Amino acid sequence: MDHPAPTPVPASLEEIRETFAFFDGWEDKYRYVIDLGKALAELPAAWRTEEFLVRGCQSQVWLVAHTANGRMQLAIDSDAHIVRGLIAIVLAAYQDRPPREILTFDIDALFNELQLLAHLSATRGNGLRAMVTRIVSLAQAATH
Amino acid sequence: MTDIDIRGDFPLLAQSVNGQPLVYLDNAATTQKPRSVLDAMRHYYEFDNANVHRAAHALAARATDAMESARAAVATFIGAPAPEQVIFTRGTTESVNLVASSLAQGLVPGDEILVTAMEHHSNFVPWFEACRRSGAVLQTAGVTATGEIDLRDFTARLSPRTRVVAFAHVSNALGTLNPVEEMLALVRQQAPAAKVLIDGAQAALHVPLDVRALDADFYAFSAHKMFGPTGMGVLYGRRDALEALPPYQFGGEMIEAVSLEAVTYNRLPYRFEAGTPNIAGAIGLGAAVDYLNTIPRDTLVRREASLVSDAMRALADMPGVRLVGTPKQRVGVVSFLVEGGHAHDVGTLLDQQGVAVRTGHHCTMPLMHALGVNGTVRASFSLYNDASDLERLLRAMHKTLTFL
Ligand SMILES: Cc1ncc(COP(=O)(O)O)c(C=O)c1O
Repeated sequence: MDHPAPTPVPASLEEIRETFAFFDGWEDKYRYVIDLGKALAELPAAWRTEEFLVRGCQSQVWLVAHTANGRMQLAIDSDAHIVRGLIAIVLAAYQDRPPREILTFDIDALFNELQLLAHLSATRGNGLRAMVTRIVSLAQAATH
Repeated sequence: MTDIDIRGDFPLLAQSVNGQPLVYLDNAATTQKPRSVLDAMRHYYEFDNANVHRAAHALAARATDAMESARAAVATFIGAPAPEQVIFTRGTTESVNLVASSLAQGLVPGDEILVTAMEHHSNFVPWFEACRRSGAVLQTAGVTATGEIDLRDFTARLSPRTRVVAFAHVSNALGTLNPVEEMLALVRQQAPAAKVLIDGAQAALHVPLDVRALDADFYAFSAHKMFGPTGMGVLYGRRDALEALPPYQFGGEMIEAVSLEAVTYNRLPYRFEAGTPNIAGAIGLGAAVDYLNTIPRDTLVRREASLVSDAMRALADMPGVRLVGTPKQRVGVVSFLVEGGHAHDVGTLLDQQGVAVRTGHHCTMPLMHALGVNGTVRASFSLYNDASDLERLLRAMHKTLTFL
């Protein structure tokens, strides 16, 4: 197999935004993020290898990407629930989008709006920022 | 015993995080600073700032005096025979690097260095590198499933070819208090040619120290883990061990005379302190030691120990929680994992509740590998933590478990 199946997006951006709008505390928010993480399909073990590892100090993220018909196809997984939930949000923004759209999408603004921006900070060591940087540079390469 | 409250001495602890009063349980990473340390450093910059050991003016004399009194205070605190056996460094990491790179110059292929699988990367990688450069062989003593150094393996790996032995006094990842006296005796017996370095980063605050009685060749620790500033540390050495050591860095302060043809090096401790030192850092460390001398340290250490054992028992009783490392003797640290949840999940959910712990491999990847885990959640206590901190941790853990 050339590529793993792209990871299905558990919830659309609209759904995520609407759900977040109802939350008034950290508990609901994190329960939802964890639920998103639990709903995320696992990347088959064959792809969870050193080659596809995006290093975070505390949790690990695996990312396999390719483009098909001019759209980015992403297969992503992590070993931590909350990170998986955050990956679901990233996928809602990036999955099956033309690279050009990925380059213009403001992911920081989205995470800021959801009050999850701290998780995108490189110092969190969760691999999320490194993953986003990698997707963006793949999108850049694909537009050249 | 729990009546003593030194928390008020630490201004940072009075804040809220994520809307809740901060519970700071990441003390093994770094401790907070008492006001007296902050004041001493500020006072130095406001009134005494000048370069040390060089000028004839009053400020320089005050700065030099302040720095050298700090050295004397540290020497007394650790039981060093003389202040010049206290070398100021940037921290434990630089102390180890100083010894490793200097000793490496005398190593030849076939020599051996013995470390343990429990070491912080700072007491592992410098030796790994010393071996790579010199052709010496790195031996690593294993750890048991309880998270203790396997003393039989440690002994078996000692030989007449062993030139250096380096190990932690207290494990930063698990809290294991190693039997350093026994280990030293084993080294002296089985590998008489070996120099011994003890990494005391996690011990200096919690374990009463008498380096003269302990009699290791070198003992390293960091100011920031004992209420002092970052960027400041100590290398204590036996006089003969320090005198036999070639200089580490070269430049100003560490020389006695320089001509175009020849350079002679300064005496201890300056021989190992090239360049303008971290004067404010030294003064801050001195103030931290002074602070430790004014509080009832033994009582607070006992309170901390009972908090740690209560934490251990309470966490072990929670469904799905597994302690990582169950050593007979431990100091300051409880490491654990939660079934069905990654350490990172636990750390994030505790943070949301104002409880600061550390998650991950704690810069001890060989240890994590030996124990078969990717990382742990680590709650680490200090002298200012009290029963309310433990209660908040446990309450936050109960809530966290409902998420996973
Ligand atoms: C056991 C141990 N050794 C060495 C170090 C390194 O200390 P520093 O980073 O202050 O140089 C640490 C700090 O985390 C430690 O816990």
